[in-house]
Amino acid sequence: MSEVNSVLPTLTAKDFSTDQEVRWCPGCGDYSILAQVQKVMPTIGVPKENIVIISGIGCSSRFPYYMNTYGMHSIHGRATAIASGLKATRPELSVWIVTGDGDSLSIGGNHTIHLLRRNFDVNVLLFNNQIYGLTKGQYSPTSEENKITKSTPLGSIDHPFNPLALAMGADASFIARSMDRDPKHLQQMLTRSHQHKGASFLEIYQNCNIFNDGAFEIFTEKGSKLNETLFLEQGKPLIFGANQNKGIKLDGLKPVVVELGENASTDDLWIHDERDFYKAQILIRMFDDPRIEGHFPRPFGVFYEADRACYEDALNMQIEEAVAKKGSGNLDKLLRGSEVWEIA
Amino acid sequence: MERKEALLQDVVIKFAGDSGDGMQLTGLQFTNNTALLGIDLATFPDFPAEIRAPQGTLPGVSGYQIRFSSDRVYTPGDLCDVLVAMNAAALKANLKSLKPAGKIIVNIDGFDAKNLRLANYADGVNPLEDGSLDSYEVIKIDVTKMTRESLKEFTDLGMKEKDRAKNMFVLGFLYWMYNRSLDNTITFLTEKFGKKETILQSNIKVLQAGFNYGDTTETFTTRYRVEKAKLPPGSYRSIMGNQSLAYGLIAASEKSGLPLFLGTYPITPASDILHELSKHKNFGIRTFQAEDEIAGITSAIGAAYGGSLGVTTTSGPGMALKGEAMGLAVMLEIPLLIVDIQRGGPSTGLPTKTEQSDLLQAYYGRNGECPMPVISASTPSDCFSAVYEAVRIAVQHMTPVIFLSDGYIANGAEPWKFPQSSDLAPIEVKFKTELGFDEEKFMPYLRDEKLVRPWAVPGTPGLEHRIGGIEKQNITGNVSYDPENHQLMVKIRQEKVDKIADYIPEQKLDSGAEKGKVLVLGWGSTYGAIKSAAMELQEEGYAVSHAHLRYIRPFPKNLGDILRNFDHVLIPEINNGQLVKIIRDQYLIDAKGYNKIMGIPITKTELVTEIKKYFTE
Ligand code: SF4
Repeated sequence: MSEVNSVLPTLTAKDFSTDQEVRWCPGCGDYSILAQVQKVMPTIGVPKENIVIISGIGCSSRFPYYMNTYGMHSIHGRATAIASGLKATRPELSVWIVTGDGDSLSIGGNHTIHLLRRNFDVNVLLFNNQIYGLTKGQYSPTSEENKITKSTPLGSIDHPFNPLALAMGADASFIARSMDRDPKHLQQMLTRSHQHKGASFLEIYQNCNIFNDGAFEIFTEKGSKLNETLFLEQGKPLIFGANQNKGIKLDGLKPVVVELGENASTDDLWIHDERDFYKAQILIRMFDDPRIEGHFPRPFGVFYEADRACYEDALNMQIEEAVAKKGSGNLDKLLRGSEVWEIA
Repeated sequence: MERKEALLQDVVIKFAGDSGDGMQLTGLQFTNNTALLGIDLATFPDFPAEIRAPQGTLPGVSGYQIRFSSDRVYTPGDLCDVLVAMNAAALKANLKSLKPAGKIIVNIDGFDAKNLRLANYADGVNPLEDGSLDSYEVIKIDVTKMTRESLKEFTDLGMKEKDRAKNMFVLGFLYWMYNRSLDNTITFLTEKFGKKETILQSNIKVLQAGFNYGDTTETFTTRYRVEKAKLPPGSYRSIMGNQSLAYGLIAASEKSGLPLFLGTYPITPASDILHELSKHKNFGIRTFQAEDEIAGITSAIGAAYGGSLGVTTTSGPGMALKGEAMGLAVMLEIPLLIVDIQRGGPSTGLPTKTEQSDLLQAYYGRNGECPMPVISASTPSDCFSAVYEAVRIAVQHMTPVIFLSDGYIANGAEPWKFPQSSDLAPIEVKFKTELGFDEEKFMPYLRDEKLVRPWAVPGTPGLEHRIGGIEKQNITGNVSYDPENHQLMVKIRQEKVDKIADYIPEQKLDSGAEKGKVLVLGWGSTYGAIKSAAMELQEEGYAVSHAHLRYIRPFPKNLGDILRNFDHVLIPEINNGQLVKIIRDQYLIDAKGYNKIMGIPITKTELVTEIKKYFTE
């Protein structure tokens, strides 16, 4: 947990907005995400000047311009790598990476997995809209199979990534999912991402109402949300359903949906434990296409959290150790070396 | 017995053997031994393309050439006086670079039927026996046998381990031949094998055996001596190019007060900079072996954005991958150093061979109008001050800078009159720390008289701002798609780089008169060859002058005047004509190229011939 500095001036969401006109399409899910980030920032106890937002390219990557903090709108896919260099040298900064599904999983996929395995203490906000918005509507690495887009008139033949499974594969130390349409939950997840010491990977379902409208409707709309989503809470059984009448139980390594009542009680259910490395992998794989009969509800919340040394800490420790062992660098000694001769 | 001692002025030795024979180590040891005596020298390691090509074959030959002299030395020598050939392939690959009547020291064990076949000698042909080497002085030694013999008592060493010490025998013999002491190599071996007593003792034993072999065998009647060179007075050490470059970066970090961050991906021949810098963490240096070339540069951009001295190192293929990120650094206008140790291209090209073929890439190889300063080094020790200067330009002009070296400079060694840290001019860095009294809001793209914008790093209260790769509005730095603004910004970025010419020294001639018939204009590693050729011709009365560029973009302001003082401008390059294109473009003169694209340096001899052509027309 970060320390809250008591002498910080009290700021509000307004202090984090800029004079730049927000240029996303009206109705875009990015607006809500921006609003939640602006709401959360004053509460995390970090001075405004110590917050840095780095983005790549894509609709979501316009984000830094609208945040009155330090920010860089960089190049496609590289925000994660830029953030790595910044965090390695300035560990005291709170570094946020804003990226999209194309930015972080396609062109920047390599940097994403390496950032996660190195475990820099940064926050990755992956705005997943399952489409390329800025280039006007091609399928993305998270688009579902058979998707008809401008570049796939006969349907996409790419198999999509499960972003959280990818993060888990890269040994991310914090893995969570939220959505643009649930402001409260999103705020909680942003706060949790910040609080986690290590690389936080937060996938946010974001509606692109222009090129992929309704991609997550089934999870976000009142009529279906309760039956189709599963909100994870630490230490609580996995319960969902319109009347909180369904749950997930583990049958060996297999999750099964059960109706609560005569045959199953909450005592039989899987109790969520964010620290359970193995169960997290099962939970992350509950990712079926909601169009398929008998599919699982889609989980939201913190899937997994682990304590693991951060790259920047280890890096700086090596420097301290080198200084302790050899003393602070002496330039004259270095330049002189060990074999010197004199010419008179 | 009576031994003669002959005084020599200038000697070139080439150590050649299989890549497993330890020729690089032998060469380096001989180099340090020579340097410590105050003899001037230059070296040229010639690596095989493969890490371990099949043993005994031509592609597996590894060479190390050293020239040492009591006079000043600027090149490792065109041809060698002595060729050490550990096997048949080494002889075959290098015989053409031996002077007429030169000495060949051969390990006859490397000339058995198998080795001869692997070296592609025809069936039944052995150059040691067929008289083909009669015009040379051949010294045949069964190095393998002697090595094993001298290690008889080392019963716990296997035959393979014993044979590994062969190069020490040769080194010991050459130490005898050139009247040297074994001390520095014994110290080196002690440091290297300190904990492995048997290996240490066996290496020392073989080294001494080689030395004693020369001493006791009656066939060798003459020992040679080369006197100290008349170098300017001072303290000297031996230095290699990449090492000197790394030291220059450390010095620049110390003298600017900026912590050094290196973001890089391993690539030949640049990796040694990473290796060297990662040894010196006690200078507060952070080295980051990134996941790829792009992360190498972008992590360095992140570090520079945070107020560090951001550096990335690479070679040609990596330069190509970093292009987009360089453009970002140009837009962000933050200091950054991109070091390119050039090698043969295109594509993977010739990774272990030298070339100067990335100049146009450095100059133009990015999307959009994307000017960046380009600085180059001309010798191993020059890397130190040249890179120091490149850092100064980057941080004082808020710009990414490309630094060009090449494989020949990177791996070459020479004596270096190293500076005292107090001799180095401090590199002043200005961070913006607060709003001025007349400023209401921070303007990230408001410029000073150098057209340089302020460096305001995260963590500074009141200066929160956003930058990025999209076109900036002048002064405010806000996103702008305005047509006039874009034209203005393109012009400003160009002018900012051009203006650097006001802050660099004027070009000087390296040798020769200010006016004359031929100016040989060079850059980078052709320095020694051009210098030697020009000086030789000047002595013979030719009106030849030599100028060597460190600043390639922008050029020193007086370069045009210098060029116009000569009837002809000749530009030798290890590429297909790159600087010559830029010079012709910028100065509208009929400069001519001399181009060698074989992955090896241009020699003095061929340059002399080329220059003379301009006098016979
Ligand atoms: S294209 Fe889609 S993602 Fe992009 S701003 Fe418009 S609605 Fe949002």
